[in-house]
Amino acid sequence: MALELPENVVVSRLDELANWCRKNSLWPMPFATACCGIELMATGAAKHDLARFGAEVFRFSPRQCDLMIVAGRVAMKMLPVLQRIWLQMHEPKWCISMGACASTGGVFDTYAVVQGIDRFIPVDMYVPGCPPRPEQLIQAIIDLQDKIQREGTITGREFETRERQLRKRALVEAVGPLSLDAARNPVIQRELRFPRS
Amino acid sequence: MTTDQSSTADLLETLVARFPGLETSAYRGQTRVVVGEPASFEVLSFLAAAGFDLLVDVTCVDYLEYRGATRRYGLVYLLASTATPRRLTVRVFVDDPEPAVRSVVGVWRSADWLEREVWDMFGIRFVGHPDLRRLMMPEQFTAHPLRKDYPLQGRGERHNFPVLTREDG
Repeated sequence: MALELPENVVVSRLDELANWCRKNSLWPMPFATACCGIELMATGAAKHDLARFGAEVFRFSPRQCDLMIVAGRVAMKMLPVLQRIWLQMHEPKWCISMGACASTGGVFDTYAVVQGIDRFIPVDMYVPGCPPRPEQLIQAIIDLQDKIQREGTITGREFETRERQLRKRALVEAVGPLSLDAARNPVIQRELRFPRS
Repeated sequence: MTTDQSSTADLLETLVARFPGLETSAYRGQTRVVVGEPASFEVLSFLAAAGFDLLVDVTCVDYLEYRGATRRYGLVYLLASTATPRRLTVRVFVDDPEPAVRSVVGVWRSADWLEREVWDMFGIRFVGHPDLRRLMMPEQFTAHPLRKDYPLQGRGERHNFPVLTREDG
């Protein structure tokens, strides 16, 4: 069935459109606690100019942000604050763990420093470096944009990780231990009998 | 730092006359008095009345496994006089278990947070302190991390927080 489309009309999915809007207007929440914060400021400033990637609107209210950039080490006493700010941000939201300290604790393996924020909040991108150069942070933001464009949905299904995990597990259970044995796997057999054209 | 040596020497004489058995020493113009724990409050109150109106710092040293040390905790009170250029260091030694000393918040208001910090970091109880809560570490913390027998990487306190997942919002 051929559909006549006028010129200058593009057909797409609504998800694609939403992702395109979201990825090009990331509003970062600067959770800057250390020297990574200086590089974060440099990234936003004139020379590196994060505005080229649509992410220059740094807001200090979590209610207005959808990208948390944790730049610097997080002390134990700071962690409840970090978690509260993360909870205050609206969906859809993403998190970049910037630098060695935020990602792993870095050189601060002491009683008072959290050894990687991903132990306590979800993280989408990790930026290595001590501190990372602005280019590295920009690369992380570009990669995050790719990720949003690739797997984002308008209903936020990609964030329902637990549900997806359960669905995957249910499928494995349904297929059972035979799943690797093509000759005895009913799903693969059905696929073989009725190949998708 | 310029110190008024003669008036400090006079003061020390009065102090030793009033509290016999005090050890005093001087090193590079800095005068130090070592006080036994039971008399510490009286000595410090006496010094406050004698013109040391500023408590600069209260801190502590843990002498665990220190060469030649016989007592475990050495409290350090740094006193200064704002009227005359005099400074004085008062040391008070306390020991395990239950190291405790009488609070000087009633003498110098600045002792409030300083003593809370020493309590937080070294676990020395200041008897009579109006509000002896932790100053730096979170309330849930149970140990006193600047003690020498506390491991550098902690006892797992930093992993006791709830974990947020995507489903939590």
